Amino acid sequence: MSDQQPIHIVPPVNSLRMVRTLMLVTALCGGLIVAVWQITLPAIAANKKVVLERSVRALIPNAAQIVEYDVSDKGVTPGKGDPAAGVVRFYAAYDKDGKLDAIAAEGGARGYSDTVRVLYGYRQACECIFGIQVTQMRETPGIGDKIITDPAFLKNFEKLDVSLSPDMKSLFNAVKTVKHGTKQFGWEIDAISGATITSKAVGRGINDSAKHLLPLLIPHLEKLGKGEGGREKGKTLGSALSIPFPLPPSLFPSEGETA
Amino acid sequence: MSRSVIQASNMEQLLEGIWEQNPLFVMALGMCPALAVTVSAFNALGMGLATTFVLICSCTLISMLRHFIPKEVRIATYIVIIATFVTLVDYIIQAVSLALYEALGAFIQLIVVNCIILGRVESHAAKNPPLSALVNALGMGIGFTIGLFALGSVREILGAGKLFGISLFGEHFQPWVVMVLPPGGFFVLGLWLLFFAWLAKRKEQRPLIHAGDEAIMALRATTEKGARHGA
Repeated sequence: MSDQQPIHIVPPVNSLRMVRTLMLVTALCGGLIVAVWQITLPAIAANKKVVLERSVRALIPNAAQIVEYDVSDKGVTPGKGDPAAGVVRFYAAYDKDGKLDAIAAEGGARGYSDTVRVLYGYRQACECIFGIQVTQMRETPGIGDKIITDPAFLKNFEKLDVSLSPDMKSLFNAVKTVKHGTKQFGWEIDAISGATITSKAVGRGINDSAKHLLPLLIPHLEKLGKGEGGREKGKTLGSALSIPFPLPPSLFPSEGETA
Repeated sequence: MSRSVIQASNMEQLLEGIWEQNPLFVMALGMCPALAVTVSAFNALGMGLATTFVLICSCTLISMLRHFIPKEVRIATYIVIIATFVTLVDYIIQAVSLALYEALGAFIQLIVVNCIILGRVESHAAKNPPLSALVNALGMGIGFTIGLFALGSVREILGAGKLFGISLFGEHFQPWVVMVLPPGGFFVLGLWLLFFAWLAKRKEQRPLIHAGDEAIMALRATTEKGARHGA
């Protein structure tokens, strides 16, 4: 009686065929991705620009011209591409007479679900923030999204003190979100009861951005006001002037709106 | 096989994906996006269409290449192809609507790991000709989209009093916010699953009821006949 087990012959693996298939498939897929990227790139850039323009325009409705700049230790340069590390992007809004009216910049901090990004407006006359626009957030509908709709919360940003210290190197008082009902000073933000984490994210986002931007920017504000500092070379937010006013509903509906 | 038979079988495959083998309510696949992005009807439709696009394109391409892909590297090849179409749909959604892109968030990229797609590719597209793979993928895609829409519309109506952003009940409606929060997803999904289970149960019982009716009729007829003879 034989005790032999049947022998299974495993066919040899053709490595070359596998490599060839993977190479061809990845080349085909790579080509497809590049082609679609090239086709959709202008539309994506235009969409992003429209969202940004709407936010800047909603923040500074009377601006006649809005120009994009970058500021770093080296000074103010026209805004180009994505800002590198240490460079802060901002938007200078000019009135009809060509005088610098206000500055807008974006800040962001981690909220309850995701990063909350806020565009804030700054005027040198009051050394304060005069308004905000939420550009990105995925907070809980009905709770965290109150940062867009709650009038009492938005009142915090009508004149939020961001004055610089005498050495012009930092904010005199850091912007801080405090517990609902305990606001005492001009640099404090009264949190929304029940949405403290989101309120704090707004405060932190503004503080982190302003403490970098303002010490770099304020020495150059006079030049910018006179139309120097590369204003002619600065990138005007193209169709900003053609956006009808009052503004159409934001392209960035909050979750509360979409829900 | 005649042409009409092929067409009939394609039609069956299409309807199977939409109803009998609905990926969401019958097979309970793709639950992650189904619960996470269906806070509104618009988001649900967007997610459903994006998944359908990836399903159709991947299944058709893989079916076309099925004789060239060695068995040993098939999963890697499928994933590369699926990931490619997910990247394409990502760009396309960004170009069409940034609002939708923001609302769907990471779930667009996560279509890559949606088990409906890999399941369809492995169990059907890799073994069937392109037309059959396309029809099967289309059926599954439509079924998934209908499933997401059923969730999204109910959640939006109850949780915000709106449908596609249009207010339905006027200013005095107090939205049932929990419905647009994660627990609401589970509640609505549970109710839909209950509904489908009830339908399935009813369908099972129907032949029995019919059989019972027929037996009663036959008995009655026999009794009447017997009575007549007796008289």
